[in-house]
Amino acid sequence: MSDIDSTSRLEGAFALPQLDYQALEPRALKSGFLTSLTWIAALLASIPLFSVIYMLLAQGGTRLFGADVVEVLTGLPPAGFEIGGGIGPAILGTLVMVGIASAISVPFGILAAVYLGVLDPTSKIATTSRFLAKVLTGFPSILAGVFVYAVVVIHWGYSALAGGVALAVLMLPTLVLAAEEAMAQVPQKMKDAAYGMGCTQTEVIWKVVLPTGLPGILTGVMLAVAGAAGESAPLLFTALFSNYYISELAEPTASLSILIYNFSGMPFENQIELAWTASLVLVLIVLLFNILARLVGRPKV
Amino acid sequence: MNAIAEALFVAEPFQAAGDIVIDCNVNNIFYGDFLAVRDSTVPIEKKKITGFIGPSGCGKSTVLRSLNRMNDLISAFRFEGSVMYHGQDIYAKKVDPVVVRRYIGMVFQQPNPFSMSIFDNVAFGLRLNRFKGDLEERVERALKRAALWKEVKDKLKNSGLSLSGGQQQRLCIARAIATEPDVLLMDEPCSALDPIATRQVEELMLELKQNYTVALVTHNMQQATRVADTTAFFSVDISRGGRTGYLVEMGPTRQIFEAPREQLTKEYISGEFS
Repeated sequence: MSDIDSTSRLEGAFALPQLDYQALEPRALKSGFLTSLTWIAALLASIPLFSVIYMLLAQGGTRLFGADVVEVLTGLPPAGFEIGGGIGPAILGTLVMVGIASAISVPFGILAAVYLGVLDPTSKIATTSRFLAKVLTGFPSILAGVFVYAVVVIHWGYSALAGGVALAVLMLPTLVLAAEEAMAQVPQKMKDAAYGMGCTQTEVIWKVVLPTGLPGILTGVMLAVAGAAGESAPLLFTALFSNYYISELAEPTASLSILIYNFSGMPFENQIELAWTASLVLVLIVLLFNILARLVGRPKV
Repeated sequence: MNAIAEALFVAEPFQAAGDIVIDCNVNNIFYGDFLAVRDSTVPIEKKKITGFIGPSGCGKSTVLRSLNRMNDLISAFRFEGSVMYHGQDIYAKKVDPVVVRRYIGMVFQQPNPFSMSIFDNVAFGLRLNRFKGDLEERVERALKRAALWKEVKDKLKNSGLSLSGGQQQRLCIARAIATEPDVLLMDEPCSALDPIATRQVEELMLELKQNYTVALVTHNMQQATRVADTTAFFSVDISRGGRTGYLVEMGPTRQIFEAPREQLTKEYISGEFS
């Protein structure tokens, strides 16, 4: 019969549907295959990460978790055949330069982001700077070093300040874009509510947009800091290196990344071990910043 | 046809019986070149609820948002006419819209609490105005008036966003009345709420009428009959290509719904026209 009898269901002619899993059904097979494929891809993608962490822990851990940990973390870098020594100046130098870079880039970046994300997102200035910031995020970091070399180092010599400026140049675009994104995501209805309460534009930004976007902004800050802490190329041209603790901002300064670069090429066992240790310390510092970013990035209420 | 026959319809002015807090005289409201509302005179009476009804696009929300200059936030907005608030034109050049909004508060269509605690939400306006008295007492009073206190008194530190939609809207009303504004503008405050929450908010409006002047935009005609003392019916004129809203008729709610003067009003309230 070609036409469907509308009463057939009621008369029991309707077959009960088969609802159980059918493992060998073509669509189920395809789905299972693709799911396993994503699993395998995810595992493969994590191999490099875990092998790097394993290498660092295995090679750098011997000194960092050994008996002379205090000397390693605070001592001066050893000379040629010397044994012992540490990476203290490099740790402090990295922290100081990242601090300088943050002091420059965080206020600038957030203010720029307020303009881009809230004040006038569609103006010509905003679209141009947003485009330039995006270009700058893919900017080879060594060029930041060359730029600061030409602008700062040629006049005032190698210094922690020049290193900080170079890192700030690298941090700025990441920070601006992350902070802009965080502020742009504050819903318009919240801003309307604030205007409706009689807020000025400054009060809307200060009391509603910034606090609401704060977790996102801080995440951006921390990610930029973590990225800058690991940079070596821009520091080669700007902060150079030093074997001693930093005593003023206007002198060449040690950093972990340059220490790793210097020591890993040396023919001495002790220095190579210290280079591994410094790598592990650097990763731990970056990890610490990432964890901090997640902690402060968590909404409070 | 001569020019007189083509003259635009203009509603007869409504003679309010009581004190008028806001006397809104719209000549034209433009968004860029687009004429959104024309020739509408809407007096808002003191301690009464004035309801604005009409089909979508008739400009009732635009007129409401003109009453505290919220439309100024839209760059292409242009208002021709006057809004006399206690004798001052709030569209006068020397008037600061920010200050106007502190006297004429607003509750929006979508509940829009800030991403802060319930307490901070209500205290927001008080802190903004550098309120020096007992903050906790004022927050409690506002929440009680908004019929929300019982539900939130043990969780004032929780996020305002953790509440249900109806509670969020009552929180927004509490926030708006905490600073004791003179007038409260409500732009379809129940359109995102379920019937129970709607009833609570309506009871709240009747409650608020004791102390505040309320102007209410609503899509729901039953709501207008339930709460509004005076009703303004707006319609939209599409005859000349544009979509220009205008006031058709304004009067006591009973008269508008039971004995409308205009044919358009009659058709709208009986559902023949939408």
